[in-house]
Amino acid sequence: MSKRTFVVWRGNKDGGNFVEYPVEVEEGMVVLDAIHQIQRTSAPDLACRWNCKAAKCGSCSAEVNGKPRLMCKTRLDDLPGEEAITVKPLKSFPIIRDLVTDVSWNYTVNKKIPPFTPKKGADFIMQQSDVDRVQEFRKCIECFLCQNVCHVVREHNQKSHFFGPRFFIRVASLEMHPMDALNRIPQIKKEGGLGRCNITKCCTEVCPEEIHITDNGIIPLKERVVDQFFDPVQIVIRKITGADKPQPTE
Amino acid sequence: MLDKYETHEHDVVIIGAGGAGLRAAIECSARGLKTALICKSLLGKAHTVMAEGGIAAALANVESADSWQTHFQDTMFGGKYLNNWRMAELHAKESPDRVRELERWGAVFDRTPEGKILQRAFGGHTYKRLAHVGDRTGLELIRTLQDKGIHQGIDVYMECTISRLLKDGDRMTGAFGYWRENGRFVVFKAKAVILATGGVGKCFKITSNSWEGTADGHALGFEAGAELVDMEFVQFHPTGMVWPPGVMGLLVTEAVRGEGGILRNSKGERFMEKYDPKRMELSTRDVVARSIYTEVKEGRGSPHGGCFLDISHRGAEYVKRKLPSMYHQFKELADVDITKEPMEVGPTCHYIMGGIKVDADTGATRVPGLFAAGECTGGMHGSNRLGGNSLSDLLVFGRRAGIGAGDYAAGAPAANIAEAEVEAAAAEMTGYFGRPNPESPYKLHIDLQNMMQSMVGIFREEGDLTAAIAKLQEFKQRYEHVAVEEGQRMYNPGWHLCRDLKNMLICSEAIARAALMRKESRGGHSRLDFPKYDSYWGEHNIIISKDGPAMKVEPRETVKVAELAPLVEARKAKESSK
Repeated sequence: MSKRTFVVWRGNKDGGNFVEYPVEVEEGMVVLDAIHQIQRTSAPDLACRWNCKAAKCGSCSAEVNGKPRLMCKTRLDDLPGEEAITVKPLKSFPIIRDLVTDVSWNYTVNKKIPPFTPKKGADFIMQQSDVDRVQEFRKCIECFLCQNVCHVVREHNQKSHFFGPRFFIRVASLEMHPMDALNRIPQIKKEGGLGRCNITKCCTEVCPEEIHITDNGIIPLKERVVDQFFDPVQIVIRKITGADKPQPTE
Repeated sequence: MLDKYETHEHDVVIIGAGGAGLRAAIECSARGLKTALICKSLLGKAHTVMAEGGIAAALANVESADSWQTHFQDTMFGGKYLNNWRMAELHAKESPDRVRELERWGAVFDRTPEGKILQRAFGGHTYKRLAHVGDRTGLELIRTLQDKGIHQGIDVYMECTISRLLKDGDRMTGAFGYWRENGRFVVFKAKAVILATGGVGKCFKITSNSWEGTADGHALGFEAGAELVDMEFVQFHPTGMVWPPGVMGLLVTEAVRGEGGILRNSKGERFMEKYDPKRMELSTRDVVARSIYTEVKEGRGSPHGGCFLDISHRGAEYVKRKLPSMYHQFKELADVDITKEPMEVGPTCHYIMGGIKVDADTGATRVPGLFAAGECTGGMHGSNRLGGNSLSDLLVFGRRAGIGAGDYAAGAPAANIAEAEVEAAAAEMTGYFGRPNPESPYKLHIDLQNMMQSMVGIFREEGDLTAAIAKLQEFKQRYEHVAVEEGQRMYNPGWHLCRDLKNMLICSEAIARAALMRKESRGGHSRLDFPKYDSYWGEHNIIISKDGPAMKVEPRETVKVAELAPLVEARKAKESSK
């Protein structure tokens, strides 16, 4: 059994520092295993979130060697051999303690988005091909890695007028649902700050569920914003056909 | 008097925010009740997200012959007739409505060619019955309920652990807990309380359960005076990962077998032909788990002590579409491409059939004002749960407990909380700091898990069980000394584990004592010294209750429902004619 050194950020909102821990390495071990070992052997109060340990719940997000990852999915043998492994909390959210951050902003944003609202008389007969895209977005495990890397949040901290990639695809999943009656495009344009995204695809790169956040979610939403607000031909067509009137709901 | 502690007052307080808790909360708040939902983790992270294969409901979308009657019979046969008949009936009758309701709330299931909800085959189900979303059905369920719930005015309290239920005389009036974030204490006053805390897997070493599965509701309910039923029945899911060591026990969905996966031993034999030639890989979970265990024990196991599960014959594209998270799980964690090579799998502690004894229709326990739903209850699944029957259980009985507790709360006077109880609860939590001769909670937890795994695991016998009960007394002594360093109350997992251990010790003792009493083998309880069914035990459940400092264990005759007897008799006759 070999040893590796972990350098883990310890502290709280008032500050902190990196602490070194030696870890006994087993075959196939992931970063979360190492954190658990440190808790068992040398730091019982080391704070970290985790639940399923199977990349299904999205709780154990952290920055491993500077890259935002799920700790339960990051194998030690994929990290360069000799160097120490650094583990820090997500940078974009306020620190609570050690690896745990305050992600409540995300829950606040989610609550602003009007929920699924079926059309009047919706029969819910839907073809698989019509729901494939929606299902892709609904794979999201809310690890908030995309929120963490988005530069609008990370560099410019514009949380008060920006929903972030997680909630752009949440809106996309509702807008593309064949049975949904609402129009959330004005909201995502104004309150959601969709225009602030300049499609650098950082979010897509870190998504552990491999959701095509930018290509399949954000860009189509941007196109809908253009259609509804800036395309004179579309605006006239909607006026004539009445398509811009709200749809009846149940 | 209680101004010392942060206090919240509600009509109904729901402890646990998985499928059952969320569904109960939606029901209560829809009735205009002031509803609190308390989660040990962040909202949406509960163990329900781990459910993969699907929700069992006789929608008859794929096979039109399906009906609630057949679903009821399958559930009873799977549970080896020890189920609470009324619960199995309500579950079979109401689960189709609960699934359709979920769809109307925004869940997006896989579709049939006609555009309806697609259903897949699963172990023990006569027809293709599981509504599903690839292999992430639990996530779909919890996200749908979460998004419905947060827009309905439910007060959600995240990362809050309840350490004690509070009573006024006999009646439930609230709960005491702590915030994980800062370690401060909090009191919830309520006219009714619903326990929906899930499972107990963390009592065992090899488990598919998350850290939250520490038997909280089982122990809180027991301590508050509720009865536990069927605690000896623990489900070892046949297929957990066995390698690498860090992921040992991680679930490999039954949907792999539902989609045609084949089990083989090291000699390449399809060994289920020996154990259940009719149902093969889709036999009930107890049978498949024992078969794999036996193959390994007799020297025909895979290199890492499991067996092989192969789905590669279905073709890469199909596997990736129907089992995407399994594909990624093996690829990333074990370097195995399941579209090309077999997986290595072995049994893992997955679910407990036993739990708090409740009234089928309302979820009421015998403690006035205390209700329960989901995995922390017992009865619905008898001695063995069928795959897919858990998600439907959560929805059907979560809703019913919500109605039950809501009706109770509407007619109940305001809750009163005794100061002494709150002080005792606070003293218990602060007592873990700075004890002399401290015992590490992590060490005690590992010892408990190893003991339960080896002595109260898949196969049991009298000598082991007696020794296990003795060992548990020793662990209880050690528990009196578990401690953490003085001072750190902010997000301190060692401190949290101290209190969780108490729940796991109570639950482990209940499992071991019930397992010792049941002198037969049935469903999730296999005795090497009593390998056969016993007619007396086929008609009796084991009930556990608090008797002063002791644990009272007694058999009680299974309650039947006369109108359902013809369905049960017909199934028994059909099985015996095979």
